[in-house]
Amino acid sequence: MDMTGLEFARPRPGTQPPTLYPDYASTVKRAPRRAPVRFEHTLSEVTGPGFSDGWAGPDAADLTTQHKGAPLGERIIVAGRVLDEDGRPVPGTLVELWQCNSAGRYHHPVDQHDAPLDPNFTGVGQVVSGADGSWRFLTIKPGAYPWRNTPNAWRPAHIHFGIFGPGFVTRVVTQMYFPGDPLLAFDPIYQSTPDAAARERLIADYDPNLSEAEWALGYRWDIVLRGRAATPVEAG
Amino acid sequence: MAEKLIPTPAQTVGPFFHLGLARPEWSDLTRQNPAGQRIVIEGRVIDGDGAPVPDALIELWQANAAGRYAHPDDRQADKPVDPNFRGYGRAATDNAGAYRFVTIKPGPVPGRGNSLQAPHLNLAVFARGMLKQLFTRLYFAGEPQNADDPLLSSLDDASGRQTLIAAKGVEDTVPTYHFDIVLQGERETVFLDL
Repeated sequence: MDMTGLEFARPRPGTQPPTLYPDYASTVKRAPRRAPVRFEHTLSEVTGPGFSDGWAGPDAADLTTQHKGAPLGERIIVAGRVLDEDGRPVPGTLVELWQCNSAGRYHHPVDQHDAPLDPNFTGVGQVVSGADGSWRFLTIKPGAYPWRNTPNAWRPAHIHFGIFGPGFVTRVVTQMYFPGDPLLAFDPIYQSTPDAAARERLIADYDPNLSEAEWALGYRWDIVLRGRAATPVEAG
Repeated sequence: MAEKLIPTPAQTVGPFFHLGLARPEWSDLTRQNPAGQRIVIEGRVIDGDGAPVPDALIELWQANAAGRYAHPDDRQADKPVDPNFRGYGRAATDNAGAYRFVTIKPGPVPGRGNSLQAPHLNLAVFARGMLKQLFTRLYFAGEPQNADDPLLSSLDDASGRQTLIAAKGVEDTVPTYHFDIVLQGERETVFLDL
């Protein structure tokens, strides 16, 4: 079939991380050695799951009221839009997030970091983006935590996000960071994307207009997905 | 043309993704009783040392039994939409690196131009130690249409064509296909630049 107008744009050089990035040691045995086979998009790549009719379950956008008491930590509002690279909103797509607690510990059996669990915080949420691509979560600011990549390595505070978008190839799972975090300079996961402007896409902005007085700090973060490839100009 | 925005880079799902992404029920795509031949897909994810990868997540996207995707851009009017089939699944690997899906066998879907693509599953693999997802496809052993599939035809044995073809297991009540995903090494799976 004719794929004109349906294909998605290819990532521009340097704007996505590589598969092999030895500074992130776990990539060494998990990165393919052969170059991926380039394949032009078909119906299989440009379609993808839709989530606008409640299939993913009810929205869970408030991570601070999932237990009996309030979680410890700085209460924050994290909000933004899902856009494509042409700036068009992406409505009706599932946004999933997970994070550690304010002490830097995940509610996960694999996490054995010597920091307290918070009985009032699980750290999981999901929403479906609105007609204008917007989404919003209420949570607490996650803590930094150590990891064993290199001795005395610490991950900057971050929230994991997974977003689908309209097609199988627009799917992205990523992490949102906080502005001014001194750990970003030392974090190989953050640093793995070569292009500086692309990396900055991962850092939320503090937004005083999103903050709510006497209640919560506001961070704004737009998620940008691959857009459609430019429609070829017809030869005259 | 206005300047384009830079898409958000991927970042690894890390070791704790189960917290936010594990949905064990999503590994069964037949929960709503769709039309079509039920099949089981099982296999392991293996790293460059030949060791199982116990912290990987596989996402699956496929057409229905007639070869139509549950998506507004699939306008194949000659094929029915199956209201009981979403075509999307997700499975995490266990401690042995094993994963399992229950689904239905998809029909063939159109390729570019006048080509026809053999029945296939579109897979994305996420894991700790992977900064972004890897894309691949699963085709079915013994499928006559494999011979004319544009992707399979572009590959030969030296370039790993066989790594994309799931082997059919012992015939049981539900046909089972075995598909290992080898991230690195001699039997490395063919991954796709999409």
